[in-house]
Amino acid sequence: MNRRESLKALGLTAVSTGILLEACKPGQETKEAAVKKESTAQPGRQDFEVERDKALKEAKFFNEHEMATIAVLADIIIPKDEKSGSATDAKVPDFIEFIVKDMPKHQTPMRGGLKWLDIQSYNRFQHPFVKTQAAQQLSLIDEIAYPKKAKPEMMQGVAFFNLMRDLTASGFFTSEIGVKDIGYAGNQPNRWEGVPQDVLKQYGMEDVKI
Amino acid sequence: MNEFQIKKSTIEYDAIIVGSGAGGGMAAYVLAHAGQKVLMLEAGAHFDPRTDALQLKWPWESPRRGASTTRPFGDFDAAYGGWELEGEPYTQKNNSEFAWFRSRMLGGRTNHWGRISLRMGPDDFQCKDGLTDSWPFTYEELKPFYDKVDRLIGVYGTAEGIENEPDGIFLPPPKPRLHELFIKKGAQKAGVTVIPGRGSVLTEALPGNNARGACFFCGQCGRSCKVYADFSSSSCLVIPAIETGNLTVITNAMVREVLTDKSGLATGVSYVNTKDLQEYEVKGKIVILGASACESARLLLNSRSAAHPDGIANSSGIVGKYLHDSTGASLSGFLPQLMDRKRYNEDGVGSVHIYSPWWLDNKKLDFPRGYHIEYGGGLHMPGYGIGSSIQNVNGLVPGKDGKMKEAGGYGASLKDDYRRFFGTNVGMAGRGTAIARESNYCEIDPSVVDKYGIPVLRFNYKWAPDEVKQAKHMQETFKEIMHNMGAIITSDLPGAETSYGLEAPGKIIHEVGTVRMGNDPKKSALNKWCQAHDCQNLFVVDAGPFVQQGDKNATWTILALSMRTAEYILAQKKKVNLS
Repeated sequence: MNRRESLKALGLTAVSTGILLEACKPGQETKEAAVKKESTAQPGRQDFEVERDKALKEAKFFNEHEMATIAVLADIIIPKDEKSGSATDAKVPDFIEFIVKDMPKHQTPMRGGLKWLDIQSYNRFQHPFVKTQAAQQLSLIDEIAYPKKAKPEMMQGVAFFNLMRDLTASGFFTSEIGVKDIGYAGNQPNRWEGVPQDVLKQYGMEDVKI
Repeated sequence: MNEFQIKKSTIEYDAIIVGSGAGGGMAAYVLAHAGQKVLMLEAGAHFDPRTDALQLKWPWESPRRGASTTRPFGDFDAAYGGWELEGEPYTQKNNSEFAWFRSRMLGGRTNHWGRISLRMGPDDFQCKDGLTDSWPFTYEELKPFYDKVDRLIGVYGTAEGIENEPDGIFLPPPKPRLHELFIKKGAQKAGVTVIPGRGSVLTEALPGNNARGACFFCGQCGRSCKVYADFSSSSCLVIPAIETGNLTVITNAMVREVLTDKSGLATGVSYVNTKDLQEYEVKGKIVILGASACESARLLLNSRSAAHPDGIANSSGIVGKYLHDSTGASLSGFLPQLMDRKRYNEDGVGSVHIYSPWWLDNKKLDFPRGYHIEYGGGLHMPGYGIGSSIQNVNGLVPGKDGKMKEAGGYGASLKDDYRRFFGTNVGMAGRGTAIARESNYCEIDPSVVDKYGIPVLRFNYKWAPDEVKQAKHMQETFKEIMHNMGAIITSDLPGAETSYGLEAPGKIIHEVGTVRMGNDPKKSALNKWCQAHDCQNLFVVDAGPFVQQGDKNATWTILALSMRTAEYILAQKKKVNLS
């Protein structure tokens, strides 16, 4: 089977993202399975995984106040700019709600970190973090966003903000908005012919042979 | 049904094969195509990459964005299993930390493996340093089978003429990516050889094979391939064998023991259905184990009878001993000169585009044998963990304005940093020869059973100074290559306190050697055809028979050995030495 025939077998006759998305949906395969399948809830997923995901999605970890704080923090970390939308545009808070249930090790650092932030905010501005002015929020974030220059008494906040920054980046750059923003150009049928000539030239790699 | 009952089948198959991975799959393929009526038992679920591969899914299609919460290599990876399985424990002795990876699915671990397909060389079979036992045959004797495997399954690579890294019958290799050119330059300066990779991916259509498609370069072999363009035992061996009409596969069948008659010959196996927990016995003229090195050893040791009091094929007491996994150590960093790089699709194939075969003279080392290096990096599909710990790197390099910035941060400038660093990562990992030692073994734990009531394995494994020194050498080499490339190292530099980052045994998933072959029945379990010395109608076709692994990934040798054993079985049947 050549490449054209393999793409046909996949249900892909054109190289386009829209068509690819269609092809990934179950039930769109153009070829019958070679042998009889047993019934599984979803192709390629083990039953325990499907059940676990369902249970996680039904459970709720963060309360409304915590979710609101996460949303504000996520947009401070990844705001809208001229190239793409913000963390909340990419539904990062929903991702964070899911991932702490999926990875319970994040639960206490996140819940405790949010509480730590509110206490800091209350002591300075007499309001929890989300109820303070944007400038006040940033003045507090400035003290925990730069690990090397943060004061020793702010180190718990630094650890929390490092985690919050990591989860926000994971949530954003794995969303449809984020993948487009970062410019990942793959995940589609193609023919790999090596590094483009202009790129070889840019890095002086024209003569490197393997 | 309350009454305990064992369902006994009246059909007698020509052969029963336990396990559907590389070894079991190849034996089934050869025997079924020769007209033998074969029954295959697989402990896990049915899996056909055509319908079950999670290929071409986007990160947002996984609620955990591809994270490895339930699958060790990520949510889209093909393996149903991991180092820990619910209800199927194993135990450790003397503070061992052996990690045992099992995939419970048709095709086993071949559905997700790295497809790195290396032949072992003449010195790997017949050792020159006298340190380990030699195999009961030479490279030249196995070479015709490696050749046939190359033609049947397909492997890319280049003829290099390196004596202990034998060339095969190759499809064209994928071209190198940008970071791989940097690696080549850096490695060359360090005196390290870099050649095109060798992988079982169809970079072009496989001559004479219409059932499998050619690679379309999504780089996702780990998810298994819907068009069968890479080697999985499920897609390339078992499913085609089923199509002959001669192979019956029973999935969710966990084999308990090999059954024997009074004379000690194998008559079949007993198994438990993992879904309804019913017990079964099936009959075969020949029993072939391809359950994986450790699982086959466990099965042999659990098959005790009057004729085989210490377990079948174990009159030598050797079964379980000489367990060895490849050594592994790694280092990662990033290439600052690749910041703000141009975007294009460089997914390529899901196996290695380049690698470094062992390049030094063993006589000049303070450890016995070498390793190869695999490399990573590039513009990968974003997944969980992307951009993590950016505060450790974004203060190390000047910003777009040429000024250094404070590490960490937030906002538009941070958002731009994530973009700037995308595709700059580079990593290297060594995979080395570990010496097969009698003192490293698995055995039956005297007091623990799994959820099916089957006694479990207990591991005793300790790395020797030889392996630690080898890992130290790897780290020094990696550092030098990184330095030559102008890379900034981001991993902690592991020292003596962590054995130089040497991974726990089992982590590289190349475990072999537990049912070793040899000419002396007192010192080996199998003869040179992988046939049990103690039971002539019992064979082992996984990595159990390996005497001593080289620094080569095990799969291609498992395939060649299994094909050779299956052909031997057919020849013996013709001579009526086997019924």
